Amino acid sequence: MDNKIQINSAGKIFTTDKQDVVALQDVNLSVGANEFITFVGASGCGKSTLLRCIGGLETLSSGEITVNGRAVQGPGVDRAMVFQNYSLYPWLSVVDNIKFSRRLKVNREGATSAEVEVASGRADALLSLMGLAHAAKAYPNQLSGGMQQRVAIARALLPKPEILLMDEPFGALDAQTREVMHDLILHLFNLEKTTIVFVTHDVEEAIYLGQRVVLMAPRPGRIDTIYEVPLPDKRDQEMKLSPEFIALKKEILTRIRETSGMHTDKDLLERMTRQAEDSEAV
Amino acid sequence: MSATNQNPTLTPARKRKLWTIRGHLNHREFWFFAAVGMIVPFIGWWLMANSGMTDKVFLPGPMDVLTRIYHWYEDDDLMGDAWISIYRVTVGFLLSAILAVPLGVMIGTYRPMQALFEPLTDFIRYMPAVAFIPLVMLWVGIDEGSKIAIIWIGTFFQMVLMVAEDIRRVPMAQIEAAQTMGAGGEEIVAMVILQSAKPALLDTMRITMGWAWTYLVVAEMVAANSGLGYAILKAQRFLQTDKIFAGIILIGLIGLIMDQLFRFAHRKSFPWLYNK
Repeated sequence: MDNKIQINSAGKIFTTDKQDVVALQDVNLSVGANEFITFVGASGCGKSTLLRCIGGLETLSSGEITVNGRAVQGPGVDRAMVFQNYSLYPWLSVVDNIKFSRRLKVNREGATSAEVEVASGRADALLSLMGLAHAAKAYPNQLSGGMQQRVAIARALLPKPEILLMDEPFGALDAQTREVMHDLILHLFNLEKTTIVFVTHDVEEAIYLGQRVVLMAPRPGRIDTIYEVPLPDKRDQEMKLSPEFIALKKEILTRIRETSGMHTDKDLLERMTRQAEDSEAV
Repeated sequence: MSATNQNPTLTPARKRKLWTIRGHLNHREFWFFAAVGMIVPFIGWWLMANSGMTDKVFLPGPMDVLTRIYHWYEDDDLMGDAWISIYRVTVGFLLSAILAVPLGVMIGTYRPMQALFEPLTDFIRYMPAVAFIPLVMLWVGIDEGSKIAIIWIGTFFQMVLMVAEDIRRVPMAQIEAAQTMGAGGEEIVAMVILQSAKPALLDTMRITMGWAWTYLVVAEMVAANSGLGYAILKAQRFLQTDKIFAGIILIGLIGLIMDQLFRFAHRKSFPWLYNK
């Protein structure tokens, strides 16, 4: 497998007036071409920061990230990004949101009329693929949350990006809609042959979608464990009940709990309980 | 009522309570309350003026004021006074907007611009515009320029800060989405930030327009010989209380009409906000 994304001893420090926060420390990872890789971890583990660094929206404090061997200097059309919400343009119709990137200089300059036609056909194809054809003229605020995310995904896919970066894209959706979106994104993954880097706080989602699951740990943000998902590439919802799936889910959940530093809270809880009992005794 | 009601569709609609926290009113109820709110003070004014308890010099009745407006219109060039006032407000307001919008957009977009201009603007906006009148007369003179300058001083600095705030409210995800699609800085400002902030900007214009009227009256009362504000001041000298009332009501009416025009433009320009 060729390496699409190469992360070499990446570090990120957020400097605030009060203190420095180490968001990422010595992160090393290779992501292959046409790989679906998911990131999970307790809050503050730096998974979103890492994704934003790959996308070029944040810059590393140390180390480097390369895409196709070239160092990431900023955002680029080879890496599309889907956000959790509020990223659609409410003043544009669904179809105009999807075609937004066509109006940008990077895509207009040197584009032949044939290319424009292909892109226009692709917009229509994405509309029907996403089940949005009937809503093409609607405005985003007339759509449900699930539909809005479909528009956001279609918009990101329009320029045929090599890499799709997804930052908790289904985090605001209800459980049923989320399952539908999972199968849709897997379908797209098989169709488009992109590399997908997917950040989530939902372990089940991470296993169901990913070929590998990267578990990150907080304070300082770092990679803790990388799990190979023991499921065939063609996934279906039934697999969520298979012993392999459940075993892996249990293993990851346990490790998240161990790395999240929640044990200190448990101590506090015990102390408070003891204090409450003591005061009752008085 | 038994639990096995076979015909729930025939149950009469439950009576809604009007006085619930954040409750709802239908159209008819809304207009009923709105009419009561408008008419009751008017009737109170009329009763008070006609009770004989107050002198007409201090409190003219509604009919006196209406008659005065009619005579003002017929013999005293009401339209001329109104037009010159509308002209001053519009020019002062437009001059504010033309400068405040670009500056506010830059302040709201780029941190160095914010650091450069925001503290200064914040400082100046607390200086009372009225106190600038002597200076303005000294610098600009006593013709139209001085009234427009006072309106400009009163609205510009507030407007800059409000525009900057509107711009800062544009969701970061909208901007970052454009960045990841390969948009450049100018494209983001023109195609995302400005488009996204437009409805809020029009609201800011509507609100600052109201302030422009306040400063117009101030300017006309101090340094003018025409306009509605000047008419009010002159009426005070001749103890024409009904004309003072008329002037105030007319300014209120013109303001209300302008406000409604802004709201109408808002509905027409931003259909996506209204067709949920």
